[in-house]
Amino acid sequence: MDSPTTYFHWGFILISLPNLFVIIGMIVLFAAAVIAPFPHGGEGDDGSR
Amino acid sequence: MEAAKPAVAPQTERPASWTLRVRRAIEEHLPTDHLLPDRQPYYVGSWVYVFGVVTIAALVWVIVSGVVLSFMGPQWWHDSRLGHFFNSLHFWSVQLFFLFMVLHLWGQYFMAGWRSGRAATWMIGVVIFGISILTAFTGYLSQQNFASQFIAVNAKDAMNGAGVGAFFNVLNFGQMYGLHIMLLPVGVTFLVVAHIVMVRARGVVKPIDPEGGAR
Repeated sequence: MDSPTTYFHWGFILISLPNLFVIIGMIVLFAAAVIAPFPHGGEGDDGSR
Repeated sequence: MEAAKPAVAPQTERPASWTLRVRRAIEEHLPTDHLLPDRQPYYVGSWVYVFGVVTIAALVWVIVSGVVLSFMGPQWWHDSRLGHFFNSLHFWSVQLFFLFMVLHLWGQYFMAGWRSGRAATWMIGVVIFGISILTAFTGYLSQQNFASQFIAVNAKDAMNGAGVGAFFNVLNFGQMYGLHIMLLPVGVTFLVVAHIVMVRARGVVKPIDPEGGAR
């Protein structure tokens, strides 16, 4: 736990492995939120839910 | 002969009473069905709209755990098991607060959430983001451990270099702790409430017209 983490270095980009995981996880979560169907309740008279 | 004056002044007149003016403004701009709606437009049926409310939920946990930590003190949160738990609760709810705030930011950016008179709502969100970063930074300085000392000593040169070291002294624990548990959280909470009220007053922004242009 106390040992230094791995860093990735591409050109001017320097990022630690944990930070890279968090960012990838956020992108995956955002994509899932856009794609995943949302459960709907009853529809109102005006099309509202 | 002088015409008789109407018994009741017409509504268009500006009332002398400021409480009446405020009440009318609230009734006009923020009726209760806008403030606490039971139905939403069809386009709100997406998980993207959940990110904002999850951010608020995380903020509630941040505040609740922070109140407990401030009441019990550093020795408790470093030395007792329950203190460790609340310390972790505070830390991880902050991580979730930032994570979901950024996802909310992405969602609002791609749907251009500032359209149709919502620029102030967007800008208040930007200010909340900025103050939250400052709150998190002062939180790292308030831990009362070697990490907070390391951060403070290393940040001192940067703050001096930025020209703010004289009135924002990261080596002054009392100042950092006071900012972290009082001024900055009150600022974030007040602006979040304003942000929510503004969203409720105008409703959620409509999707961008697929034919081109904004509706």
